[in-house]
Parts: sequence; C-alpha cells; structure tokens
Amino acid sequence: MQFLTSSIGRKILMAITGLCLVLFVMIHLVGNTTIYGWIPGGVNAYAHHLHAFPPIVWIFRAVMLAIVTVHIGYGIQLTIENRGGRPQQYAVKATQKATFASENMIWTGLLLLVFIVYHMLHFTAKVIPGMQLVTDAEGTVNVFAMIVSGFQNFFVSFIYVAAMVTLFLHLSHGIQSFFQTIGWNNDRTLPVIVKAGTLVALVLFLGYVAIPLTIFAGILKG
Amino acid sequence: MSDHKTMTLTLIVWRQKNANDPGKFETYSAKNITEHHSFLEMLDVVNEDLINDGKEPIVFDHDCREGICGMCSQVINGAPHGGQDRTTVCQLHMRKFKDGDTIYIEPWRARAFPIIKDLIVDRTALDKIIQAGGYTSCHTGGAPDANSILIPKPIAEEATDAAECIGCGACVAGCPNGAAMLFTSAKVSQLALLPQGKIEAAARVKNMTSTMIECGFGNCTNHYECQAACPKGVNVKFIARMNREFIKAQFA
Repeated sequence: MQFLTSSIGRKILMAITGLCLVLFVMIHLVGNTTIYGWIPGGVNAYAHHLHAFPPIVWIFRAVMLAIVTVHIGYGIQLTIENRGGRPQQYAVKATQKATFASENMIWTGLLLLVFIVYHMLHFTAKVIPGMQLVTDAEGTVNVFAMIVSGFQNFFVSFIYVAAMVTLFLHLSHGIQSFFQTIGWNNDRTLPVIVKAGTLVALVLFLGYVAIPLTIFAGILKG
Repeated sequence: MSDHKTMTLTLIVWRQKNANDPGKFETYSAKNITEHHSFLEMLDVVNEDLINDGKEPIVFDHDCREGICGMCSQVINGAPHGGQDRTTVCQLHMRKFKDGDTIYIEPWRARAFPIIKDLIVDRTALDKIIQAGGYTSCHTGGAPDANSILIPKPIAEEATDAAECIGCGACVAGCPNGAAMLFTSAKVSQLALLPQGKIEAAARVKNMTSTMIECGFGNCTNHYECQAACPKGVNVKFIARMNREFIKAQFA
C-alpha cells in the first residue's frame, strides 16, 4: 500500500502511535497517583482491579506492543533514511530553530525503550533485586510495599528520574510534532502548540518524578 | 576613489573540481572589501585577485543579484544564505561582517544536490518534483476576463505567500535531514488553495511527495530549520497544509 511506504504516510502512523503512547503515559500517571491513597485501598486496590481479568490485560499488552513496534520501527527506518539525506556534513553548522530534543528523538526514544524493558522487569516481572515482595494469604503482592521499597534504593530512583528527563525531552518535541504531522497546525497555532506540548511534557515529568522523589525523601513511607 | 574603510577577511572556501572529486577547504584572504559590497561582490573581488595571480577562481552560482532568482547557493558560517532573516546571499552585505572575520563558505549539502563544482550544486531534483505535479493542466483557451473566477482575498494572499518560493533549495540545505518538504509544500499549497489547482490536488500531493523521496531527499522531522533558512520566509504552516492534503488525498 502506497500510504505505508510514503514519507508522510509513515510519519502519520508515527504521529498516531505516538499520540496513543502519550495518552497511555497520561493515564498511567493518573493510576500511579493512587499510591497517595486517594482511592480506597490505594495503589494495591488499583493494581488489583487492573489485573482482575487476565484476558483484558493480555489484549491490552498485545495492542501496546503493536503500537510501540510501529512507532519504534518507523522511527528507526525514517531516521536511517534521514541520515542518508545528507551524506556529507557541513564543517560548520549554525542551528537556527532545531532543539536538542528535536535533534535527538532517536536517542531519547531508544533510551525510553531500554527504560520500558527495565521498568517491566522491575514492576511487572519483579526480577530486579532490592525490593520487598510481601504477599498476602491469597498470594497477591503488596504493590505499595514493593514500590516504596524499590524506590528507597538510590540507583533505582535515579534511573527512574533520568528516564523521566528523557521522556520530557522526547515529548517536548513529540507532542507539537504530532499536530504538525497530522496537519492540525498553522502559523497562528504553532507557537501555542509548541508551548502547550512542552507544558504537558513538563507536567508529566513532574508527576512521574514526584513518586520516586517523595519515597526517597522519606515523605511517602512504607 | 572614495575613502571607504576597507576590511580584510579570511575565507575558508569549499573547492571541488567535480562530483567525483572528494573536495577540500582552501583558505583565501579577501582584501579591500568595503561594507557596501554584497557577499557575491566580495567573492568577485577575491576572484579577480585569484585570476590576477593565475589561480582558478571560486566557482559560484548567481544570476539576478536582486534576491529573486534563487541561484546563489552558499552556506555561510553554517547558515544557508548566511542566516540573515529573509536574505539571499546576493542581498547579504559585508557590513554584517567585521574586519578580520573568518568566514566558512560551503555549497548546499544534500544527497539530492550533487556538487557540480566548488559552490555550485545540481538542483535538478527540485525540477523533478515540480514536473511530478507542480502545475495545472486545465485548458486556458483565449485570454479570460479578469475576475471571472472569484477567489476570496485571504485565500489569494495565502496562495501568494506560498508562491513566494524561489526554489533556491535553502530549505533543503538547512534541514538536518536534507528534506525538501518546505519546497514541495509551498507548491502543493499554492495550487491546492486556488480553484484551478484543486482539480488535481489529490494526485499532485501524492506524486510530488513520492518524487521527493525518489530524488533522495530525507523526511521531515519538524525541526523548522527550513523556515529559518528560507530567504522568502515561506512558513512551515504549508507543510502542515500539505500533510492535510496528503490525508485528504487518501480518501479522494
């Protein structure tokens, strides 16, 4: 199909899958905040409800895997093509509009992939050592104790904060890029979209780092 | 003889005999340059000195020298056309430089623009994109009455803004990916906005964008370096418009 091989078509697929991932990241953060106990039973109850019906969990995981695969696959393919667009670099290059974030999307993206693998080994597969895995009589893991004990480790917290800096960089370019690629943009909206995209990325960053930081600082205790 | 103060500058210029030559930088001294010289006139002065010394002059493209032909293709200190807002190399004046400055001069660098010699590149790829759909094929017949097709003023203005593109290729030269999206989008938008161009809009955007990639240009990653480099200030809103046109074309 021509759409899937075209320059703009592949970028549109990257934009749409990117949007799905941003929405996931937003919902994931709202879910994470249950660690502060604003729903009865806190994060333990939230985790329990999420996994209550395994087929839904697995369908969701399969869809997420497909989205991530399309996003990263096209990202790598387009980046390789783009590097080929200028085989010989300039001796001097004065960057006028591009940003650190926009020029390093492939690297922030690949770092996030590494982080996602680590994150799943940590809290999904639970194979990263150094955290308490307390189970109740029914064999359910105490998620709250697992997270709090996990983030009390400096290196673990550090990895998460560093990953969220990477996420901020990726989204500060990615969100505004979505609107431009999908065509929902013009000269009046562009400056607003760039600022709003960065703001959303910043809110997500602050929301996510608050959890390891409040735990590591001892504000949120087990 | 006027009593203008003159400057002496160091030029580090890309010299390349032909497309197969690896090319290298050569250093020259530009003497007796006044602030009133345009950048191209400065190179003329340097070339006269080179010719008098029996050396081969620096080969560069130029034509109108009034900022409208789009021939001068030089990346000056890393910025296409020297980085002054909405300025071609011929309209860039030496008053923007100081005595003793060192200036790097390179050709447009992109896979789609092979170097012919020194600072001259082959921009046939841009012509190929235009040939793929940058026209309308409606019958014009005899001279039509003025305003027989009414076009709202804002639409006419927008189409004219897109039509400001002079096809110089600075957008490609400035783009980290060597993409020609701003160039292509300017023509796609200009024609898609007007009634005569709407008829073939769907086929046009598909053909022009696929030709763009076949010619070896990269893909857009929304850095907006192209707009900064454009001597005519063509706006990246036209890239967004082309993306909309591309989506519309999928349902046409």
